[in-house]
Amino acid sequence: MDHSFPQKVLEHLFSFIDSNKDRNAISLVSKSWYEIERRSRKKIFIGNCYAVSPTTVIKRFPELRSITLKGKPHFADFNLVPDGWGGYVYTWIEAMAVSVPLLEEIRLKRMVVTDESLELIAKSFKNFKVLVFISCDGFSTDGLEAIASNCRNLKELNLQESEVEDLSGDWLCYFPDSYTSLVSLNISCLNNEVNLSALEALLGRCPNLQTLCLNHAVPLDKLPSLLSQCPQLVELGTGVYSTEEMHPDVLSSLITAFSGCKQLKSLSGFWNVLPSYLPALYPICSRLTSLNLSYAIIQSSDIVKLIGQCPNLLRLWVLDYIEDVGLEAVAASCKDLQELRVFPSDPSCLELNNALTERGLVSVSKGCPKLQSVLYFCRQMSNAALSAIAQIRPNLTRFRLCILEPHTPDYLTLQPLDSGFGAIVEHCKDLQRLSLSGLLTDRVFEYIGTHAKKLEMLSVAFAGDSDLGLHYVLSGCENLRKLEIRDCPFGDEALLANAAKLETMRSLWMSSCSVSYGACKLLGQKMPKLNVEVIDESGPPDSRPDSCPVEKLYIYRSIAGPRLDMPGFVWTMGDDSSRKLELDVAGVEAQFRNL
Amino acid sequence: MEFKATELRLGLPGTEEKENKIMNLSVKNNKRQLPQTSEESVSISKVSNDQQVESSSAAPPSKAKIVGWPPIRSYRKNSLQEAEVGGIFVKVSMDGAPYLRKIDLRIYGGYPELLKALETMFKLTIGEYSEREGYKGSEYAPTYEDKDGDWMLVGDVPWDTFYFICSMFATSCKRLRIMKGAEARGLGCGV
Repeated sequence: MDHSFPQKVLEHLFSFIDSNKDRNAISLVSKSWYEIERRSRKKIFIGNCYAVSPTTVIKRFPELRSITLKGKPHFADFNLVPDGWGGYVYTWIEAMAVSVPLLEEIRLKRMVVTDESLELIAKSFKNFKVLVFISCDGFSTDGLEAIASNCRNLKELNLQESEVEDLSGDWLCYFPDSYTSLVSLNISCLNNEVNLSALEALLGRCPNLQTLCLNHAVPLDKLPSLLSQCPQLVELGTGVYSTEEMHPDVLSSLITAFSGCKQLKSLSGFWNVLPSYLPALYPICSRLTSLNLSYAIIQSSDIVKLIGQCPNLLRLWVLDYIEDVGLEAVAASCKDLQELRVFPSDPSCLELNNALTERGLVSVSKGCPKLQSVLYFCRQMSNAALSAIAQIRPNLTRFRLCILEPHTPDYLTLQPLDSGFGAIVEHCKDLQRLSLSGLLTDRVFEYIGTHAKKLEMLSVAFAGDSDLGLHYVLSGCENLRKLEIRDCPFGDEALLANAAKLETMRSLWMSSCSVSYGACKLLGQKMPKLNVEVIDESGPPDSRPDSCPVEKLYIYRSIAGPRLDMPGFVWTMGDDSSRKLELDVAGVEAQFRNL
Repeated sequence: MEFKATELRLGLPGTEEKENKIMNLSVKNNKRQLPQTSEESVSISKVSNDQQVESSSAAPPSKAKIVGWPPIRSYRKNSLQEAEVGGIFVKVSMDGAPYLRKIDLRIYGGYPELLKALETMFKLTIGEYSEREGYKGSEYAPTYEDKDGDWMLVGDVPWDTFYFICSMFATSCKRLRIMKGAEARGLGCGV
């Protein structure tokens, strides 16, 4: 078939195909399609930076302009991955600096970036445009100086939730006066003051600025003057949203400033809110599609007053101060709501807080027909509530429930929550992501394995009775890509029996389970295309019997062989001699298919 | 007993063992004046629904912390602690109610506003404070824990002093407790 289309035509056709999935599919059709596709691919997404080497990527995609890399396992977010584990981006930057000088975009998640990496980016890529670091660490404001000084065409600088060593707020001054291309700036994670006059001047000369997320060190009385420099903003993250005492003139200048932002659709920030300043937002509430109040300590009544005026909200993030009554108000006002996240204000508090219960989530599920994505922290749940949610909201695609105390049963019946979660997977046929909590037996995994056919990511903690649980999931969930498990009684049997499944997944994390060192070794030997990494901070697992369980286990498929940057507490299982695989094109394709 | 009741003292007049219970609570609470207070807030052993009434004032054993649980990013945990800086946050509990509220004292200009807010929050009547008789006529008495760990009747000291006491340890969460019934009536006899 491809003989009838000249290469130029195919190239032109492929230029309309953007999504990685589609591009991967195209590359599998034939050798010539593979070649045409790879030479024209501009964007690549690598879900695990250790799955493939920079050289392989660059060789295959010489016209790369945009790369997304993810490093540490997700549980690193919760301090389960020790410092120094890995995820260093430097080797990637180094390789691309040499071979991909036209690179424009780097997006990283959970990777370690250094000032050296930033300096290398700044001087190697003349047309560099987008830098996004989500939950990264390892760099300082010195590195940002290099970026500001050199990246003349920078459009986006987003440091979302990264840990930055904040040495000085003057890095902002390094953007030259001639620099005007900023579209998106997110510095919300910085701890110290940035140079506000430099910031204001920067905002004033960048007419295309759409996103501005300030850090909590930006005082509220400065916000109006900053906003007046960029009234075209679409997304704003405020700094601190209070002053020592309420000043009516601050309020009136806020009202004026917000009213002037006619495009503003998304709000976040709100560290330390003084409720008397919330009315400044009322003029723009009807336009809001996204509201993040998850750092705001305000009472339910204040939240309700605000949200009652936001009928077009698609996304709402709040703390549990909203309470059930507040969520009822959300259900009544926000009929287009797609995503709800309710975070705990006092996570370590074990006292029952009846003000936010399962009832709030049920209200929103009932009232918001477009609800797709839920993250909910609470202290009690029932199978009845979960069933109700499942039946009324079968369109859920992401459901993450965290009952704060492990092993909490259905508070009404004292039964495990198996049937409730079972209802979720049975009714929500397009469920892609699920996080479980509460008292759960192997039963829930049977339901998941039977019904959750579209599930891609599953997070499990303090659940299950035996290996059967793990076996149900590994053998039943056809689309499973990421599985992370902690503190469950899962051992060797299910893992070894389903070894082949692991090659079809991106990764498996197991910590504080019952997988023995011997089984890890066996798995590593049997499965050369997997990196089976044992993490053990108590010393070499060799010094203990093979039957001893390992602390933590991270298994991921890779065509790059064992990694070379492991710290002393990580061991790769299997044949340790250089296992660089000489894979033919077909082999590489198979790996890229689901990366 | 009568003699003791008329004695001028700080803290709860009344039975010894109540005092001990509260001292236990406050001894534990006194340890909370550390930056990571939100990690060490008062923990109460799990209460089943029919035990609600008695246990909210029981001195709780604190549970061993589980690493990485609940699954909240350290970024968020740190931010929550940051957010508390500048605010004067007080946890309010009411005897018999199995939940807590957290309030920022800066919102209130004085005792009348604070008490009104408490009345709304917990759906009760506290009434007016009188120096002689405390909150006579009400079943409830709002109390707070001062820096020495003693439980004082809200209103005993001028508002500015109260505000100052609560703001002294900026990153810790002070405790306000709405006592009910006999314990409440036992207060306000500080003639």
